[in-house]
Amino acid sequence: MQKFIVSPSPHTYTGESVPRLMYGVIISLLPALGVSVFYFGIGMVIVTTVSILSCILFEYLIQKFVMKTRPTHMDGSAILTGLLLAFCLPANIPFWMVMIGGLAAVGIGKMTFGGLGNNIFNPALVGRVFLFISFPVAMTSWPEPGQWMQYTDAATGATPLGLMKEGLAMKTVGEIMPEVPSFLNLFMGKMMGSSGEVSALALLIGMLYMLYRKIITWHIPVSILGSVFIFTGILWLVNPDRFADPLFHMLTGGLILGAIYMATDYVTSPMTAKGMLIYGVGIGIVTVLIRIFGAYPEGVQFAILIFNGFTPLLNKYIKPKRFGKEVAHG
Amino acid sequence: MSLKSFSRGGVHPAEHKLSSGNAIQVLPPPEVVVIPVSQHLGAPSKVMVNRGDEVIVGQLIAQSEGFVSTNIHSSVSGKVLKVDNFSDSSGYRRMAVQIQVEGDQWIDTIDRSDDLVKNTVLTSEDIRKKILDAGIVGLGGATFPTHVKLMVPKGKKAEYLIVNGVECEPYLTSDHALMMEKSDELLAGIHLMMKGLGVEKAILGIENNKPDAIQKMQKMTEGTSVRVQGLKVKYPQGGEKQLVQALLKREVPSGGLPIDVGVVVFNVGTVYAAYDAVMKNRPLIDRIVTVTGKSLSNPSNFQVRIGTPVSYLVEKAGGLPEDTAKVINGGPMMGKALSSLDVPVVKGSSGILLIREQEARRKEVQPCIRCTRCVGVCPMGLEPYLLMTLAEKGMYERLEQEKVMDCIECGSCSYTCPSARPLLDYIRLGKAEVGKIMRTRKAV
Repeated sequence: MQKFIVSPSPHTYTGESVPRLMYGVIISLLPALGVSVFYFGIGMVIVTTVSILSCILFEYLIQKFVMKTRPTHMDGSAILTGLLLAFCLPANIPFWMVMIGGLAAVGIGKMTFGGLGNNIFNPALVGRVFLFISFPVAMTSWPEPGQWMQYTDAATGATPLGLMKEGLAMKTVGEIMPEVPSFLNLFMGKMMGSSGEVSALALLIGMLYMLYRKIITWHIPVSILGSVFIFTGILWLVNPDRFADPLFHMLTGGLILGAIYMATDYVTSPMTAKGMLIYGVGIGIVTVLIRIFGAYPEGVQFAILIFNGFTPLLNKYIKPKRFGKEVAHG
Repeated sequence: MSLKSFSRGGVHPAEHKLSSGNAIQVLPPPEVVVIPVSQHLGAPSKVMVNRGDEVIVGQLIAQSEGFVSTNIHSSVSGKVLKVDNFSDSSGYRRMAVQIQVEGDQWIDTIDRSDDLVKNTVLTSEDIRKKILDAGIVGLGGATFPTHVKLMVPKGKKAEYLIVNGVECEPYLTSDHALMMEKSDELLAGIHLMMKGLGVEKAILGIENNKPDAIQKMQKMTEGTSVRVQGLKVKYPQGGEKQLVQALLKREVPSGGLPIDVGVVVFNVGTVYAAYDAVMKNRPLIDRIVTVTGKSLSNPSNFQVRIGTPVSYLVEKAGGLPEDTAKVINGGPMMGKALSSLDVPVVKGSSGILLIREQEARRKEVQPCIRCTRCVGVCPMGLEPYLLMTLAEKGMYERLEQEKVMDCIECGSCSYTCPSARPLLDYIRLGKAEVGKIMRTRKAV
């Protein structure tokens, strides 16, 4: 008699898989990668390659020899972590520092908690903050765009947010603005900054692709960008000499990269739409607080990590709207 | 016309309605039928025949045992070979009556003509009685005895009859075929059920992938108290709670029934069977079954006698394709896998789906990456990823608080999971355990 497979329903599935989703995000990052290679040349190529390879390598080594499980280093998540880590480093950072960042990202950020799906903090940001604290000078010297063949020897300068923070000690916003690149350049990505964060245009194209493929939903990026816009807008209206306008805040620093790619990391962001909105608004507010009142010119990375930490709490107490009201049972 | 739909969650699997547009083919009885006495939700019926008895079509062979139970009739004429345990579609061996078919003789009270009977002088109580006598159960798959649903509990009031012509399961087309070919009888049945329930208003919900059915039924119901509403294609729209919400914006309460919001829902097949029962004195002895599959040569809609072996249906649809690896009783989202073709068609069988080797296996389970898809698609507003973890860890108290009992087992979560996690498998285990705990609590 013919044998049939017996299993409980459902008997059909979407074609979606973890690698498909991860490679989908990677594809959406390609425009931003292209722009960054265009502005930062060989440095971007080296930093990105080293970052991706070291994340894959460390994931493989840790799984194979420490955890003694079947390595899953090619499921796309290690590549994505490597790519995102490279995106939030300066393109002139020495390659061995990048490797340390990769080890911190995968080792501390991901594998310590048990691997894919279990980590609390965004691995790429863990790697970045680790490097930021360990090598503060290398992590805050930014190559000027347009130097194709220079790597660690590239001429450096300050980011727009850095200029603003320093300048405000003695000047007004109006006096500083001529020193920063035009809004058009900020939008296209011709400015100093972390290698992958510069081009708002390319990152927004990536977001549209991810929304179209239904890889992410609008909730997190919109709530972060919206709350930053509103918060900085209010401050700007109160005193335009002391506070830069909202468009400046939107287009500078790692805000757009963070809102679209770092904060939307599946594993470390909330599970319900309501939770995502609270998380997003929280990140937006803390980002502005750090940028304007804190010690650092940029605060997106810390804001995201802080709210990564709140995610389990949000998941436990913010519930989706259940179908149907409760009835009293007799 | 504007299309409606339910508001929370839902998925849209590929439709694959291969047998759509194929006329209903009436199959002759097979050589032997096996008629289980437990084809409905509730108590199994009591067998009324013995080995060696001669029976004819429509003869009562098992009687309703208790309030939630129903009658079962012989679907063929012939000789009772055995009253014994036989494997049924659940995989268990259960009591059934095996009959050797001889000729095709019917009880003479059954009106076998095609004449449409529109009006009846029967009271709602008479209607209920006839429906119980005829063994009518919900033909959408739940097989809940229909006469019980017609009795509105004290303190509740039925305002609407909702007729379910959604057929949201991929592949299945039996309800579609019924609406196209038996629309007069269906409409008469709707008016009959309205009378049985004592309601003034009825809505027939049909998904937009059957525009011909929507158009036809709309034309026929013009100027009557029956409204036809087109629905956006979305699974699980055929779920009672989802359908009521889509049509009336009323939410059936947690742990409640549609009657709690003034609604009673019947499948189109059930309404048609009720028409036959009341107007034609014809008990539930056959039903329309879709036999389908990508490799099957003739996907079909068959009208077959209850108790016919599945193997006979597959033979009539072109024979079992070689690459068949899984056979589903029902649709791909909620149907049950059969271990053998040697089981009978029962009242709840809406389709037989043959799944090919390449689509029959589950993918390897990956870790949960918290992509939130399962939460997004759950039509009941639950968190399947959490329910699975709680069930896995045996945390039943928390599972109950997280509303595991609200799960309608539509499978949208498992369907959509990119990590191929067995979400619904664990949720079912959790529901079984929580159900046990709730029953012991009630008993104390």
